[in-house]
Amino acid sequence: MRARMLTFTRQDSPVHRLNGAAKLIIFILWSVSAMITYDTRCLLAMLLLSLAAFRMSRVKFGDYAVVLYVILLFLVLNQMAIFVFSPLEGTRIYGTRHELVHLAGRYTVTAEQLFYQLNVALKYAVVIPLAILFLLTTDPGEFAASLNRIGVNYKIAYAVSLALRYIPDIQRDYEQISFSAQARGIDISRREKLPKRIKNMISILTPLILSSIERIERISAAMELRGFGTGRRRTWFRSKPFTFGDWVAVGSVCAIVAVSAVITFYDGSRFYSIF
Amino acid sequence: MSPNIIEFEHFSFTYRSQQEPTLRDITLSIAAGEKVLIAGPSGSGKSTLAHCLNGLIPFVHEGASDGRLTVKGRNPRELSIAAVSEMVGTVLQDPDGQFVGLTVGEDIAFGLENREVPLAEMNRRVTAAAAAVGIEELLGASPQELSGGQKQKTMLAGVLALNTDILLFDEPLASLDPASGAQVIEWIDRIAQETGKTVILVEHRLEEVLHRPVDRIIVMEDGRIVADFSPAQLLASEVLAGAGLREPLYLSALKYAGCTITEEMQPQHPDKLQLGEKQLTGLREWQASRAGSRSCPAYPPLLELQEITFGYGKEGPVLQQVSFTAGRGEMLCIAGRNGAGKSTLSRLICGLYKPDSGRILLNGRDIGRDSIRERAQHIGYVMQNPNHMLSKHLLHDEIALGLRLRGFGEEEIRERVRKTLQICGLLPFREWPVSALSYGQKKRVTIASILVLEPEILILDEPTAGQDYGSYHEMMEFLLELQQRRITVIIITHDMHLMLEYAQRTVVLSGGRKLADGRPEHVLADKQIADSANLRETSLYSLARRAGFTEPEEFVRRYIDDDRRRRP
Repeated sequence: MRARMLTFTRQDSPVHRLNGAAKLIIFILWSVSAMITYDTRCLLAMLLLSLAAFRMSRVKFGDYAVVLYVILLFLVLNQMAIFVFSPLEGTRIYGTRHELVHLAGRYTVTAEQLFYQLNVALKYAVVIPLAILFLLTTDPGEFAASLNRIGVNYKIAYAVSLALRYIPDIQRDYEQISFSAQARGIDISRREKLPKRIKNMISILTPLILSSIERIERISAAMELRGFGTGRRRTWFRSKPFTFGDWVAVGSVCAIVAVSAVITFYDGSRFYSIF
Repeated sequence: MSPNIIEFEHFSFTYRSQQEPTLRDITLSIAAGEKVLIAGPSGSGKSTLAHCLNGLIPFVHEGASDGRLTVKGRNPRELSIAAVSEMVGTVLQDPDGQFVGLTVGEDIAFGLENREVPLAEMNRRVTAAAAAVGIEELLGASPQELSGGQKQKTMLAGVLALNTDILLFDEPLASLDPASGAQVIEWIDRIAQETGKTVILVEHRLEEVLHRPVDRIIVMEDGRIVADFSPAQLLASEVLAGAGLREPLYLSALKYAGCTITEEMQPQHPDKLQLGEKQLTGLREWQASRAGSRSCPAYPPLLELQEITFGYGKEGPVLQQVSFTAGRGEMLCIAGRNGAGKSTLSRLICGLYKPDSGRILLNGRDIGRDSIRERAQHIGYVMQNPNHMLSKHLLHDEIALGLRLRGFGEEEIRERVRKTLQICGLLPFREWPVSALSYGQKKRVTIASILVLEPEILILDEPTAGQDYGSYHEMMEFLLELQQRRITVIIITHDMHLMLEYAQRTVVLSGGRKLADGRPEHVLADKQIADSANLRETSLYSLARRAGFTEPEEFVRRYIDDDRRRRP
C-alpha cells in the first residue's frame, strides 16, 4: 500500500466531533479573515488559536507530514519571489526606510520589508493548520453533505464525493496498466530519453483515460437508475444536525473574526506598523 | 388491471445507432410475485430486454420501439427514469461501477437520499435493508475493503431499501467467484420468498442460478424468445444446445452415459434429480467402460518458485513460503479468494516486485536479477480487462508495439506480426481499428500482442470472466492450441469449468500460503480446500454420490475424459 496522505482517519476529539458544515464555515471565515488583515497582533493571536485547535484534534504528524513539507517549500519560494520582484514593498507600505544590508542594484534589505514578509508568512501559518485539520477530521461522506448545506448545488457537492470514491479505483487501474505496459517493454523510468518517455507515458495514459470514460458512463447510468438528479433537492445520509457545540464554535469564530476586523481597520489602514 | 405486472406484446426495439432491431416481436407476460430467469448468450438481447424494463431504454440508450410494453399497467416510455425506478429496482453486473457511496451505509442510502427521505426514516430503512442481506456489520466499511460478494449484497440492500415491487438482476454473477455467487443466489431467493416481490434474473449461467428454484426460464436468441418453459421442461428439451447455453454438468454426464433427460426426472437440481434403475445402470456401465487411466504426460520443469515470501512494507507477508513448478507446455490454474496473493504472485514472477526471500528459476537459471523487460522475453502477462492493455488505433500497430520498442527491423516485425495474427485467427482484421472489435476479439488481440514476443510462459488473469459459453469455449480452445505449441499457460481464475475441462493442475492459495497443488478433480473434491478458495463442489460430485459411487473423483475423471474426447 502506498502512503496515505491527507485522508480522513476515524478518531474522537472535539474537532472530529464538530459538524462538517460548521468546520467548513469556520475554515472559510478564518481564511478570509487571515487574508484581509496585516495586523501582526491579530495574526499572532489567530496563530495561537489555530495551533491550539490543532493540538486538541490529536491528529498524527505522519498523516500530514508530506503535505506540510510541500506547503513549506511553497512558502519559501513565495517569500523569495516577493523579495525578488518587489524588494521595497515594505517601504512602500509603511512609508519609512530602515536599511539593514545593501545587496546589489535595487536589492536592499530593509526592516520594513522583513516585517512585511513576516506578516505574509504569518498569514500562511494561520491558515495552514486549519486547512490540514479540515481535511483530516472531516469524514468525506459528510463533506458533500456540508457543501450542500452551505448552498452548493447537490450535483456539484456529490461530484466531490464521487471523486473521493473513485480515486483509489483509478489509482489501481493505473498501477495495473503501467505494470502490464512495463512487461511489454514500455519504459517510463529515467533510463529512457525524455521524448521517448513522454511517448511511452501516452501509451499508458490512453487506456487509462479510455477506461475511465467507460467507467464514468457506467456510473452515471447506475446513478440515474437510482434516481439521482431528478429532484430539486436531496437528503443526506451522513448529514448531522447542528449541535450546541457547533453553534458555540461558529459563534466564537465569528466573534474572533469581527474583533480582528475592528482592530485591523480601526486606524484606517489594514497594515499594522511598528515603525 | 390484469394480474400481470409486466406485459410485452409484439414488442420490438432498435437502438438509434443500429439498422437491425435488437429485440424482435417479444410477447411475454410476467405475473406479480413470479421468479423468472431470462437466459441467452451475449448479444441475444437479454440485457436490452432488461433495460426496457428499468428505463435505461429509452432514457439513457435511445432508440425506436414498436408494439406494447407495460410495467404495472403503465408504459415506461411515458414516464421518467426516476418514475420507472420507483417500480423496478435494478442490480447491475459490475458492482464497482454502481457502488457510488464512500461506505456501505451511504451506498444503501443513495436511492433514499435522492427521494428526499428524512434522515431518521432513512437510518431505519438502511439498517433494515442491511440486516435483510446480512451485512449490518459492514455499514461503515469502504468499497475497497469489501469482496465482490459483499459489494453485490450492498447493491441488493440498496434496492431493497427502496421497496420496489420488481427486482431486476442484470448478470449478478458475472464478477463473482462460485461460492459468493451461490450465496447471492440464496439471498435473492430468500428475499423473493419473504417479500413476495417479482424477481427477474438475467443470466447465462443456468446451473448457478438454478442453485435455487425459479418459476420459469425464458431463453432468448437473436432478439427473439425461443423458449418460455419451466426449468424441468427446458432441461429436458433440446433448446439449450441450440441457444449457446451451457447445460448443467450433471446433465451432461448423464447424457454421456447414454441417458435421456425427461421432465419427470426433475432435472432442475442435482439433489432433486430422480434416478431410476435405468439411469443408475447407465452411469455404472459408463464409469466401468473407462478406457484405462488417462496418461498424465510429464512436463519438464520450466518455471520454479522456491519458498517465495513477500510482503508490501509493514503489513506482514502477503505470500509465505510458496513453492511450485510449472512444466513446459502445461496448463496450470491458480485459484484462491480475493487477497489470497494470486495477483501478487504473478507480479513477482514478472519482476514488478522482488521477493523478500526465495528464488524464481526459469529453465534452471535464477532470474532474480533480471528486470521486468528482460523477463518479458520469456514470460508474458495478459490482464483481465483488454481495454487496460490496448493503446494503439490499428490492430497491426498494437501487436507490433512490443517488437518496435525492442528495436526490431520493420521487415521482421511485419513477418512476426503476420505469423502471430495467423495463430490467433485475427489475420482478416489486421487493418481494422482495435475499437471496432468485439470484447472477445480484443481479448485475443491482447494475447497476440504478448505472443508476438514469443514467450515460453503466458500468465492470464481471468481470461474467461464475463464471457458467455460460446466465447468461453473459443477462448479456451485457443489457449489449448497455444499449449500444444509447447507454451506454458498459467491461468489465474475461479472458473471451475475451466479447471476441470482444460487444466492439468490447480494450485490453491489461501492466506498467502499454498494450500493445495494437484489435479483439478482431486483439488475440487476436497471440500475444505474448495471452501478456502471460495470454490464450490461441482454438481458432478453430487451426481456421483446420488448414484452411489464410492469414489466420486474417479467419476469426475471419467467425465473429463469423455468431455475432452467429444470436443471437436
